[in-house]
Amino acid sequence: MPTRIDKIPAMSSSPTPDGVARSENAGDGSPMIELSEVAFGYTKARQILSGVTLSVPKGKLVAVMGGSGCGKTTILRLLCGQHAATSGRVKVSGKNIDEMSRDELFSHRRRLGMLFQFGALFTDMTVFENVAFPIREHTDLPEPVLHDLVLMKLNAVGLRGAAHLKPSELSGGMARRVALARTIALDPELVLYDEPFAGLDPISLSIVGQLIRKLNDALGMTSILVTHDIMESLKIVDYIYFIADGKVVAHGDVESIRRSTDPFVKQFVNGEPDGPVRFHYPAKPLAEAFSGASA
Amino acid sequence: MNAILNWFAGIGVTTRGAIARLGFATRFLVAVVKASGTTFLRPRLLIRELYHAGVLSLVIVLMSGLFVGMVLALQGYETLVRFGATEAMGVLVALSLVRELGPVVAGLLFASRAGSAITAEIGLMKTTEQLAAMEVMAVNPIARVVAPRFWAGVISLPFLAALFSTLGIYGGYLVAVKLIGIDGGAFWGQMQAAVDWRYDVMNGVIKSIVFAFAVSLIAVFEGYDATPTAEGVSAATTRTVVTSALAILTIDFVLTVFMFRGSVNG
Ligand SMILES: Nc1ncnc2c1ncn2[C@@H]1O[C@H](COP(=O)(O)OP(=O)(O)OP(=O)(O)O)[C@@H](O)[C@H]1O
Ligand SMILES: [Mg+2]
Repeated sequence: MPTRIDKIPAMSSSPTPDGVARSENAGDGSPMIELSEVAFGYTKARQILSGVTLSVPKGKLVAVMGGSGCGKTTILRLLCGQHAATSGRVKVSGKNIDEMSRDELFSHRRRLGMLFQFGALFTDMTVFENVAFPIREHTDLPEPVLHDLVLMKLNAVGLRGAAHLKPSELSGGMARRVALARTIALDPELVLYDEPFAGLDPISLSIVGQLIRKLNDALGMTSILVTHDIMESLKIVDYIYFIADGKVVAHGDVESIRRSTDPFVKQFVNGEPDGPVRFHYPAKPLAEAFSGASA
Repeated sequence: MNAILNWFAGIGVTTRGAIARLGFATRFLVAVVKASGTTFLRPRLLIRELYHAGVLSLVIVLMSGLFVGMVLALQGYETLVRFGATEAMGVLVALSLVRELGPVVAGLLFASRAGSAITAEIGLMKTTEQLAAMEVMAVNPIARVVAPRFWAGVISLPFLAALFSTLGIYGGYLVAVKLIGIDGGAFWGQMQAAVDWRYDVMNGVIKSIVFAFAVSLIAVFEGYDATPTAEGVSAATTRTVVTSALAILTIDFVLTVFMFRGSVNG
């Protein structure tokens, strides 16, 4: 058994859909993702993003941070083509995602891994089958190889022993880690993590953080990390973008963020209640709302 | 004046909404049929759904069939005995079941037992972003989730309807022959002589196939189209049962007019 697993690492990077060798396209600094002046709203009445411009170079690990409800998940949805921007351009590997044909979008998604904020595990399958799902759908690996590959991915998130459980039998943090294992099952070139640290204890949190960094470097992935955990982000990422009011309000590498005097960044880094970041969803003044209710 | 105008406007809006949904459902059907290749290339997907939709509906369908047949015989005896025609009992039971009650009641039961479950399952998969996750993994959820459930429904219901009728006839036999004491030979003999294979049985089968398409489409469509919230899924489940019932009964009327009008004209 151990000999088989030992062989897997070489194998795990081979089933890339297009067969492009990673080392060649990783880390050469050309942008993998470019958003320019992207605006978007789920309804006409309320715009969520109003001109977001950011770029992620190949091979980098970039964090996107911002208050709850500022549109971070929305940005990831635009990147995997679930929604189309109302204006502006969303480019992946130099290609505008709105102009992709069905086939192009399909191949873009095969090279992409997305960790959903709420896991989105398939509730009718075991943990093992969940992680095996993308591999089964997109490759013809023989069953023993697939078996080892899945166990290896589960091992990386510390849940090899939970392979036979159903998602309903997992704790929140375990479900998060299974979802993470499924996201990286096919060694995607581009990985979007939506709050991978939510619900994790400090130990799992730092292990998962290290894992994300290691995957990024070892497999030449490009990663976007959406998180609220500024301390963990400062430890592992290359670059940070801050979003507020539908725009990028600050960005910089880890050092410049640490040293920043920008009130927004300072508030975020230190978790201060007062500052430019709103805690409340836009609403009528409190006094008005209360008198309205009692009238 | 304004109230009346608003009332008319309301009717207009509702009608337009209903027609738009019908159009949407039709396009959905086309998408499902187009994406059906996977279902038949990977029979394991289909078998799992056949078990859930078909096999798990067996008990309720068989039990109902038996009791409906027994009641038919009891009620039929009441009427037939007045005309001294009790030996026509077998014909009465068989024709009622094969032409009407089999397809219709099995369809109604199937909609509430399996259709509602399909809607709830697909709706919940949508709510918990499982369908979105598939899409992002470059797996078409219509091919992977919707089509197998749709075809499982289409395949199961005609068999369930046939079993319903069979058990119903057996129930009728139990009451008529074993309980009331009508002559068994007359019961089966008259039935065999009067029930026409093509005219009665095949038309009943056609009905059940049409119902199967209607109920399966409604079930998967309502699930896929559900508002992704708890209330949304619960409302969609209710709509599946109600819409299926209305669809079965109206389609049944239309089909009956076309299939059996010969006997009306004499
Ligand atoms: N499907 C949807 N339909 C309509 N509005 C939505 C939808 N999803 C999100 N929104 C709105 O878009 C805004 C941004 O949502 P989004 O999920 O991108 O926030 P977020 O930055 O990921 O927040 P969090 O950190 O809490 O996850 C929210 O204010 C929300 O009200
Ligand atoms: Mg979010």
